[in-house]
Amino acid sequence: MPSLDDYRGETPAWCPGCGNFSILKTFKETVLELGLDPHQFTIVSGIGQAAKFPHYLKCNTFNGLHGRTLPVATALKLVNSGQLVIAVAGDGDCYGEGGNHLLHAMRRNVNIKLFVHDNRIYGLTKGQASPTTGNAAHPKNLPFGVLSESLNPAALAVAMDCSFVARAYAADMPHLKETMKAAILHKGFSLVDIFQPCVTFNKLNSYEWYKQRVYHIEPDYDPEDRVGAFRKALEPEDRLPLGIIYKNNRPVFEDGIPVIAEKTLVRQDQAPDMGKIEKLLSEFY
Amino acid sequence: MDYTIKIGGEAGQGTQTIGETLTKVIARSGYHLFSHQDYESRVRGGHNFYQIRVSDSPVMASKQKVDIIAALDKETITRHLSELSETGRLIYDSESLKEQFKGERLTDIPFARLATENGGSRIMENMVAAGAVIGLAGLDMGILLKTVEEAFGGKGEDTVKLNIMAVKAGHEYAVRSCPSCNYSIAPATKPNMLVNGTEALALGAIASGLKFYAAYPMTPSTGIMNYIAGKAADFGVIVEQAEDEIAAINMAIGGSFGGVRSMTGTSGGGFALMAEGISLAAMTETPVVIALGQRPGPATGLPTRTEQGDLQFAVSAGHGEFPRLVFAPGSPEQAFLLINKAFDLAERYQIPAIVMFDQYLGDSQWTYPGFNTRELVFNDYRIRGARFAGMKEYARHIYADYGVSPLAVPGDAQHVVVTDSDEHNEKGHLIEDADTRIGMTGKRLFKKLPLLRKEIEPPMYYGGNNPKIVITGWGSSYGLMKEAVDILSAKHDIAMLHFSEIYPLPLTEQFNYMNILNNAEQSICFEQNATGQFARLLKSETGFAFKHILHRFDGRPYLIEEFTGVLNALIG
Repeated sequence: MPSLDDYRGETPAWCPGCGNFSILKTFKETVLELGLDPHQFTIVSGIGQAAKFPHYLKCNTFNGLHGRTLPVATALKLVNSGQLVIAVAGDGDCYGEGGNHLLHAMRRNVNIKLFVHDNRIYGLTKGQASPTTGNAAHPKNLPFGVLSESLNPAALAVAMDCSFVARAYAADMPHLKETMKAAILHKGFSLVDIFQPCVTFNKLNSYEWYKQRVYHIEPDYDPEDRVGAFRKALEPEDRLPLGIIYKNNRPVFEDGIPVIAEKTLVRQDQAPDMGKIEKLLSEFY
Repeated sequence: MDYTIKIGGEAGQGTQTIGETLTKVIARSGYHLFSHQDYESRVRGGHNFYQIRVSDSPVMASKQKVDIIAALDKETITRHLSELSETGRLIYDSESLKEQFKGERLTDIPFARLATENGGSRIMENMVAAGAVIGLAGLDMGILLKTVEEAFGGKGEDTVKLNIMAVKAGHEYAVRSCPSCNYSIAPATKPNMLVNGTEALALGAIASGLKFYAAYPMTPSTGIMNYIAGKAADFGVIVEQAEDEIAAINMAIGGSFGGVRSMTGTSGGGFALMAEGISLAAMTETPVVIALGQRPGPATGLPTRTEQGDLQFAVSAGHGEFPRLVFAPGSPEQAFLLINKAFDLAERYQIPAIVMFDQYLGDSQWTYPGFNTRELVFNDYRIRGARFAGMKEYARHIYADYGVSPLAVPGDAQHVVVTDSDEHNEKGHLIEDADTRIGMTGKRLFKKLPLLRKEIEPPMYYGGNNPKIVITGWGSSYGLMKEAVDILSAKHDIAMLHFSEIYPLPLTEQFNYMNILNNAEQSICFEQNATGQFARLLKSETGFAFKHILHRFDGRPYLIEEFTGVLNALIG
């Protein structure tokens, strides 16, 4: 069994008080409680403050390009379907730059996990609007205010029939852990949109702001009712439901690939079978 | 024996089916052929043609003079009748075209009526025409019937029967109308292999141990994906149509990081979207192979036509400085072997490798006695399983003596595999300090580059010693240049240099091609683009300037007579 110390990584370069710290701590506890050794999972990240996440713990890591976490994670899972693959992204990274990939990742339903550190602002580039920035904000790069409607990731995901859709809050760590675990254990593409206060650049969506709005979804709520889930995801901003908003049992993409039905691709013979190649060439006569 | 067949018609009339059927019959009869296609970016209408040169010895370019023309539309007659040789014959259907054309060399064959008379549908007029061409050419009817049976076998017995009746009807009619026609006089030998550039690239990838292919459809690269997809179940390959080319290359990189040979394919526009991904592959030292099928640009350009307009882009695409490979095969056989070399070197040096082709090479069919599979190499450079587990410690980007850090498969051992698009340390974690930056650049770039250069084969030289005229080219112009040298060497002291391993430029130690160029009285660079991109590359790396640069940028390939004509005008 691993211990928490086994996941120790580099020293974080985040601002003091950043919501990312509690997400990191909670994530380590989650994988520990699931009994996963550091080499047994891979985190794929992009660019942004959230994307530094895998460096701050110990695990297989592909820290790629801004917005491009999901294509890398998708392929990694397809070639090594036995391994847990988690994509970690920020709201700008995943909902802005990588928006097209998100749509298609939800369609494909490869069994990967997407944890979005949603702080409703660009942190790394210092305070520009993100797709989830609300109209009340006044980011310095938008002289006439935020004119575009903010993106509602949970509602988008329900509309896309995403296999698992949840919301969590960085400061509510027991609930976050429970949600991360449920996402990892769910078979299918899983999106967890994690509300994350940015203490430096987002003065609007502060810890206090979230405290007044978040609540745990009622125990009798049925997350498999898609219409109800859509209603839940669309609740006005003065009440922000936390928990599993929607889930379904759609077949996962990789189960439809006969090539990996018995053995993952990476465990198969990598050398070409020359007998079969000769036979293939004979088709050209 | 050396004659040419041309099938012309609107898109949707089945000219391609006729072409594919005829080329199969010709190759199976033991003859050699070269074919090229000309088509528009539309599904119905317009004017397309399929041109096939048949010979008893290997041929590698098309001729201007045509001996048999099968015209399914009026435009084939108005546009191509002037290409017909003096002893040639054009067949058409006056009932379908609702017009009679006069001329001794024109034969009216009621394609549509012969198709429907036998109970078939009008669409089978193309098979009637195929039968008629076989009749005129004097090719083996038995092989044709077998080929038709194979082609339509999947569509049921009735379809096979009707198509066979159609080809037979066309054949009989043509033989009766021209008893003297018989172009295939040389004795046939054993069947030849028939393959185009696209198929050869796909075959080469599969024969190199390809396991993961992600791409977004784009002419002229789509055929690679289609072919691999058709063989995916049999060869254990995962093929995924990505949402865009950005996703495609990031998927290929993800698959490669995961531990299997991965590839993507695209054309110029899609390649532009992949540029950031190429840079990512270089920084994370993740091997990836990219097939780049050029077509005339800028932007959407001429989507179904040919150009060599992306060389400068390929050698520089991606931000930052890093080593890469750029190959440009000149024939299907070279494509088969060079994509194999690209896979090997990409993995050995953990770099992006780009294999360039174009619509001309992609669609052109060549014949061979067979591909030599003994020249294929496969080395698994990745650290896997027990070997990885047996390592005491592991750092993905360790400063290795020869510049290449061991590439391990994540999850195969207790060690973690960490990489980053940020500048990183040996363990793969992002850094800011100057020393690590300098060290990593040294490892990634300066140590690999000289090793990589040693792997590059010199250009192919063809011709006598100390030639006065040297014609140079790269990629798909190989066959055309070689045929031109054969013709022109009767009167001129001429040779050719063909570059298929382009970047880094080959060293001159093994073969001093620069001496050949420097000593020539006339050095000519032929490129299917407007500005002479290879000439510019060679000049920037060596200072050498060609005396003449020969361009073509209308999206059409040269035919042999045209090409020797412009060369003659140039060299006097």
